[in-house]
Amino acid sequence: MGTVFSFDVRDDGFERAVAEAVEWLHRVDETFSTYRPESVVSRLDRGEITLADCPPEVVEVLRLCDEASRVSRGYFTPRPGGRLDPSAVVKGWAIERASRILTRAGAANHCVNGGGDVQLAGSSASGGPWRVGIAHPLRPGELAAVVTGRDLAVATSGTAERGAHIIDPHTGRPATALASITLIGESLTMTDTYATAAFAMGDAARDWVGELEGFEAFAVTASGATWHTGDFPKLAVLTD
Amino acid sequence: MRSAIFAVIVTATGLVLLLSFKPHNVTAAPERPGVMSDPPAGDANGQADTPATSGKKSTGKAVPKVTANPGSWPGDGAGLGETAGEKVISGVVADTRFGPVQVQLVLSDGKITGVQVLQAPQESRRDFSINSEALPILDQEALAAQSARIDTVSGATYTSDGYVRSLQSALDRAGL
Repeated sequence: MGTVFSFDVRDDGFERAVAEAVEWLHRVDETFSTYRPESVVSRLDRGEITLADCPPEVVEVLRLCDEASRVSRGYFTPRPGGRLDPSAVVKGWAIERASRILTRAGAANHCVNGGGDVQLAGSSASGGPWRVGIAHPLRPGELAAVVTGRDLAVATSGTAERGAHIIDPHTGRPATALASITLIGESLTMTDTYATAAFAMGDAARDWVGELEGFEAFAVTASGATWHTGDFPKLAVLTD
Repeated sequence: MRSAIFAVIVTATGLVLLLSFKPHNVTAAPERPGVMSDPPAGDANGQADTPATSGKKSTGKAVPKVTANPGSWPGDGAGLGETAGEKVISGVVADTRFGPVQVQLVLSDGKITGVQVLQAPQESRRDFSINSEALPILDQEALAAQSARIDTVSGATYTSDGYVRSLQSALDRAGL
């Protein structure tokens, strides 16, 4: 089952760059899929190969997993359920790289959205900032917030799609305190990864993200209340 | 945030959203990309319904409320029916808690050139860019300074899973 990705490129003539970015996503899938027994990650998990046999991208992703695990005090783990599954890092990382492919090709203004995780670059059609609606996790079809920015990453972790399914690694049980949490950062790799960790963390994520430099959070709790880190709404005032 | 400038408007109530048909390249990983997605329930290979794991966040995309007209994503050839070199393949009707979702692919030389939504609950049109119109928003002053236009959506929703399931079945039928 594929996540749908959309590329919104605001200037003409970048079909080739988009095709390259799409090709990149397929390559990532082949390499990192835990659903493909022949993927590098699957073979690494089974011990058929060692890290030394892996392409540099795999080494990089696993390093990012370790970093995320350390920074999140174990609320992120690349081995949920015991098996190697760096998916939570890979998705944001792949989207961020796809965005970079477009930037390198000269497509300065674009938006890449993969499964609701978004990397923005440049400006939207009007020349103004991009506007990202945050889906309300408890009220389908409604938005809980609108984030505006130019070079920005937005990632939301939530339970809406199929019930509680992010495990708190410290308890082994599904995290249930939050309905969804949205993180904003400059680049999607860690923004997305930390969103997953923050969801597992629950309300404690408010203080944790608050202390992370370069990230802000907005959460809708299971009961429908909302909270955000300090500069989340403050920056709203600074809209250009 | 250091260099990024952004702003947030928290809405008191929801927004009513309308589709905007902007050119988009939409792609789906054609096979089972575990890393990039949650598998569908009841998937053919029996690999679906993986247990909850902390590494798997919801990958569904937002499905904003849109008007009910079942428009299409206007890729080249979308909604035009089959022409020379083109194939139109419908996906299965995927049931979601908000109603059935069915999509249709237009293929040209084995490549997807269009996606058309045949059936969707009124709010189901995902990931395509969205415009919203003047709407009840908590901070009316902030709203006054900016239109309520939305370029994209972050977050998980319910019907996106059905959309992807139908899309996947169409991809499978297309042999992609």
